[in-house]
Amino acid sequence: MSQPAPLPLVESLLDAPLPVSGIAWLDAARQQNREAFAAGGLPDTRVEAWKYTALRALAQRRFAHGDAAAATRAVDTSTFALPGVEGPRLVFVNGVFRADLSAVDRLPAGLTLQPLSQALRGDAEPLRFVLARPALIGDVREAGDAFARVNAASAVDGVVLRVAANVKVAAPVQLVFVGAAAEVELAWHLRNVIELGEGAELSLVEQHVSGDGPAQLATLVSDIEVRGGARLHHTLLQSVAVGTNLIRRSSVRLHARAHAMLHVLELGGALVRHDLRAELIGDGARFDTRGVFMPHGRQHIDTQLAIRHQALNTASTSNWRGVANDRARGVFRGAIVVAPGADGSDASLSNKNLLLSPGAEIDTKPELEIYADEVKAAHGATVGQLDERSLFYLRSRGIPLAEARALLTAAFCRAVLDDLPNEALREHLSVMLVAQLPNA
Amino acid sequence: MNMLKIENLHARVEGREILKGLSLSVNAGEVHAIMGPNGAGKSTLGNVLSGRDGYEVTAGSVTYNGIDLLALEPEARAAAGVFLAFQYPVEIPGVNNTYFLRAAFNAQRKARGEKELDSMQFLKLVREKLKVMQISDELLHRAVNEGFSGGEKKRNEIFQMAVLEPQLAILDETDSGLDIDALKHVADGVNALRSPDRAFLMITHYQRLLDYVVPDFVHVLADGRIVESGDKSLALKLEEHGYAGLGEGAPA
Repeated sequence: MSQPAPLPLVESLLDAPLPVSGIAWLDAARQQNREAFAAGGLPDTRVEAWKYTALRALAQRRFAHGDAAAATRAVDTSTFALPGVEGPRLVFVNGVFRADLSAVDRLPAGLTLQPLSQALRGDAEPLRFVLARPALIGDVREAGDAFARVNAASAVDGVVLRVAANVKVAAPVQLVFVGAAAEVELAWHLRNVIELGEGAELSLVEQHVSGDGPAQLATLVSDIEVRGGARLHHTLLQSVAVGTNLIRRSSVRLHARAHAMLHVLELGGALVRHDLRAELIGDGARFDTRGVFMPHGRQHIDTQLAIRHQALNTASTSNWRGVANDRARGVFRGAIVVAPGADGSDASLSNKNLLLSPGAEIDTKPELEIYADEVKAAHGATVGQLDERSLFYLRSRGIPLAEARALLTAAFCRAVLDDLPNEALREHLSVMLVAQLPNA
Repeated sequence: MNMLKIENLHARVEGREILKGLSLSVNAGEVHAIMGPNGAGKSTLGNVLSGRDGYEVTAGSVTYNGIDLLALEPEARAAAGVFLAFQYPVEIPGVNNTYFLRAAFNAQRKARGEKELDSMQFLKLVREKLKVMQISDELLHRAVNEGFSGGEKKRNEIFQMAVLEPQLAILDETDSGLDIDALKHVADGVNALRSPDRAFLMITHYQRLLDYVVPDFVHVLADGRIVESGDKSLALKLEEHGYAGLGEGAPA
């Protein structure tokens, strides 16, 4: 029996030379992840977490590794300028840190913000726990981690952000990941390590933008540690060009009484996937997520939210809205586990979706597993169309059909932005949502 | 020329004929009451006139200021000056009442080629109307009809009417579900808007609204047609004898 021909995507990713850091544990981890990817390959739709996201088309593409011109590509900074966000900033272009576009002088005391490449040249040891974590290497037959393995093998840069204990960073920190059009189809990878010390506070804005041009594949893996009593407010704004494939994993760990709130806007991209994992490992930890995904054209946006309550009296709320237009597809999976011993926990999950055209599709799957006592839990998901009665009501007052549809769709989405504390940013995101709507 | 001329109107809902040859003429400045038993076609008439989906006109015509009203989209009817006060106003969470009303107001002006108002100008207009309608401005800050009581919803309809200043206002069972105080408020609002340029079509099951908004004409709608027309005394007669035995003396 002959082996099937290797997929072009897998081949091109394996062709990339393994980066060499000279740090023994890191190079070994890269090697192991490369081997695990080679052995496990890509997940197909038989893997539960990839059931609704087929990689067939992407798997036929070849991406060049690394952009030699990344350091000098012209980038229009207005593409990532945001009102209400004028603090420290790190910018990466095609996977490469750009000091010229970043703002890291005069960092407030207690805030460390630097590119991973730079952090590794200093004392790499504090990063060892995260970067050499064996979890991804594990069972080679588990292909679901394919892109995390690729990332672990190939990423040479990313964000290292630390807030010292009890430091409250006033201005929001901005992380910008730019895909700049190159001459070829390009793959790039970034690895982010974020940690808030005990009692620290940080507001973080993460942006993904890209220009039109040849297709790209970007992988980003972020580890976010929120220590006891710390507070993180994280806003994630994704508006990449239609040729950009973006595959991300964010893992958040929340210690005792830590609180993270995440607002997500997923507006762009070709194939976009976000694995968002949270572990509530300390008593009284809290995790709140709000998100909107709004694919149109032939876009595919997949959010996989997995929350594990592992300690007493932990709480999570998740409120997500999906709007799919044209022939686009949205996927949402919200899996909440209340583990044995996480007594007194409170979990709620809601995902409401709108289909704006008959060719659009949204697959939503809320899952709730409870193994603890005294747990309050609620979950629900709906897929529907705009309410005809509301549409007629607006039209009967003189509002044209297209405008009425946009008004109702924006109202449907806007609820998830209500508790975003940065008012200027909230207004801006609200406008972006409306601008995304057909005929708005 | 009549402002509104309905001739031999036949309409179906879900394949069932509801209006069966309804004719009616309304002139500017007049208030017409349409009364009738449940199922006579009263709400269907309001919905057909405002252009709601699902109502199929199979015969007849509706002419409004000389144009074929039935050929217009609902938003174009609104811009032409037709207003329907809903029997069941719709709650629209997430859309602010003032924002909605300004969008409607400006959409109508734009459609008519008139200048749109900015938010300051519009707010000034709204405050004047609130005063006339005796409505608290707290209503403005809420989402459209969301969490409104039955009375507040109906008053919000009349308030919208005051702002949009239609030529032809159709009030669909605006009195239903109101206690007597709320009914008086709504009636005061309607009376304040009566003018020589404006006509009202008041669709109602009960006579009591007509104690407060006195109509020029009363029509009885039964089984899809106007079976009797008269002045306000007809409403009193109906109150006394009910809808039974209607139709004697109706046009054949």
